[in-house]
Amino acid sequence: MTEKVLMKGNEAIAEAALRSGCLHYFGYPITPQTELTAYMAKRLPKMEGGVFLQAESEISAINMVYGVASTGKRVMTSSSSPGVSLKQEGISYIAGSDLPAVIVNVQRGGPGLGGIQPSQSDYFQATKGGGHGDYHLIVLTPSSVQEMADLTSLAFDLADKYRCPAMLLADGTMGQMMEPVALPEPHMGTVEKPWAVTGTQMKRKHNVVNSLYLQPEVLEKTNFERFERYRQIEENEVRYESYLMDDAEYCIVAFGIAARVAKNAITMMRKDGLKVGLIRPITVWPFPKKAIREAADKVKGFVSVELSMGQMIEDVRLAEECRRPVVLCNRAGGMIPGVDQIIAVTKDLVSSVEGGAR
Amino acid sequence: MTLFCGHYGSGKTNIAVNYALHLRRQGLEVTIADLDIVNPYFRSKDSTDVLEAEGVRVIALPFANSSVDLPALPSAAYAVVQDRTRHAVLDIGGDDRGAYALGRFVPYLLEENDYEMLYVVNFQRPLTTTVFDAVEVMREIEIACGLAFTGIVNNTNLGAETTLDLVKGSYRKAEELCKVTGLPLFMVTAESSIAAEEMFPLRLQKRPFE
Repeated sequence: MTEKVLMKGNEAIAEAALRSGCLHYFGYPITPQTELTAYMAKRLPKMEGGVFLQAESEISAINMVYGVASTGKRVMTSSSSPGVSLKQEGISYIAGSDLPAVIVNVQRGGPGLGGIQPSQSDYFQATKGGGHGDYHLIVLTPSSVQEMADLTSLAFDLADKYRCPAMLLADGTMGQMMEPVALPEPHMGTVEKPWAVTGTQMKRKHNVVNSLYLQPEVLEKTNFERFERYRQIEENEVRYESYLMDDAEYCIVAFGIAARVAKNAITMMRKDGLKVGLIRPITVWPFPKKAIREAADKVKGFVSVELSMGQMIEDVRLAEECRRPVVLCNRAGGMIPGVDQIIAVTKDLVSSVEGGAR
Repeated sequence: MTLFCGHYGSGKTNIAVNYALHLRRQGLEVTIADLDIVNPYFRSKDSTDVLEAEGVRVIALPFANSSVDLPALPSAAYAVVQDRTRHAVLDIGGDDRGAYALGRFVPYLLEENDYEMLYVVNFQRPLTTTVFDAVEVMREIEIACGLAFTGIVNNTNLGAETTLDLVKGSYRKAEELCKVTGLPLFMVTAESSIAAEEMFPLRLQKRPFE
């Protein structure tokens, strides 16, 4: 690890990408992720082989990503919610062509043009498809500026390893906040890419990168093969943080900025003798189903804290198999749930479960 | 007139707010103008209550901090540069892009010829960790706004992990920056709980998730 520097979350993503050997960036500025694009604009032209291009739209940016990804080079695009919606068609093509690429969404309030304040309301879009067809993204959710850097590096490695696009799903707070960060050591990735379109030098059969399969039998086969890889990802790449869960009677599930507020709420509730813990998904796809399922054996209820109208809560319910009550604690439209709100919702859950015994 | 310019995220806004209060406490009539056209989030307007409670006049866009993300300037900004009876503290947006906003006021500043333009630098920021990089950002800002810096503010910090040793450890770079540019060190700043006697103490706004 290098000496710590003080960075905005958006800058940390950009610098971590450069240190992961990403020399190609295509994007279009949008608040609250613009610092990422600006950082790339400043740094990439000074790097050997670096290409920064401000595309004329998010649609062209994602298709430039598609192109570079076909050559096996590490490549990234970033945007915020409305811009990521525009990218969905391209993301589906990249997934359908089995290409590694990293897409960053520093979410803001929606739907529509929404606002510029933080949000987690693109959870469904990120974890349940977003674009057309059967596909998944590996979706990583940072909860600090340090994780903005670390998970960016991880996103490149996982994308290469499984030949699929990976998404960093952050929120406006994560993008804008400044924290000390130890930047990852430069590493370029070691995965061989024999499928890459790099020119045959007349020495091999040419490679084809394509998502068009007109024979349904063949298209079905590519889907089954892809889902076998997804199964491996679900088996090997689930990441989460378990916080004070050993003796917990109630479990908060929260990611990103919501998890940070939840930790403060848990500290205060524990002072009152209420045994609350936190499961913080770091990958929301694959979702930490097993951790939630095992927690359901021990705890009396779950609180899903979200900056949305309640999206992750569906995954929590699926994972705990409806054995315990799961309640939502949320704000929307750019608002962040507060410590007081989390405590109030948790205490309501406690009294409904324990019949006011407490 | 005191202008704070520098690299994006170098600490200009916090310093401008604290410096305006400092001048006011010395009995001066002070106006602070938020001329940041780059960042829609962290602005001197955030501190309006604190500033006005102590009698500092705040000039900012009516929609600053309202999530309206427009690179516009407050119309009252001309009053700030033309009013010679009050001390003005100008909080300029980051980098050369932020400094473009200053360009239109430069003729007035030069005519009055009573300004200090301070370069805020944090050597723990990744794009200004070296003196060479700090000078580059400095020159970009000067070219963008058409005004030359008159002093250096060393605001080296690591956020919540700042220590006195870390601040003092940056003195050598700050001295070198002064030497290379021929500019005086205007002040060293540090968060008030750790600031040593020779440092200008900063009171920072606390955020709910910390």
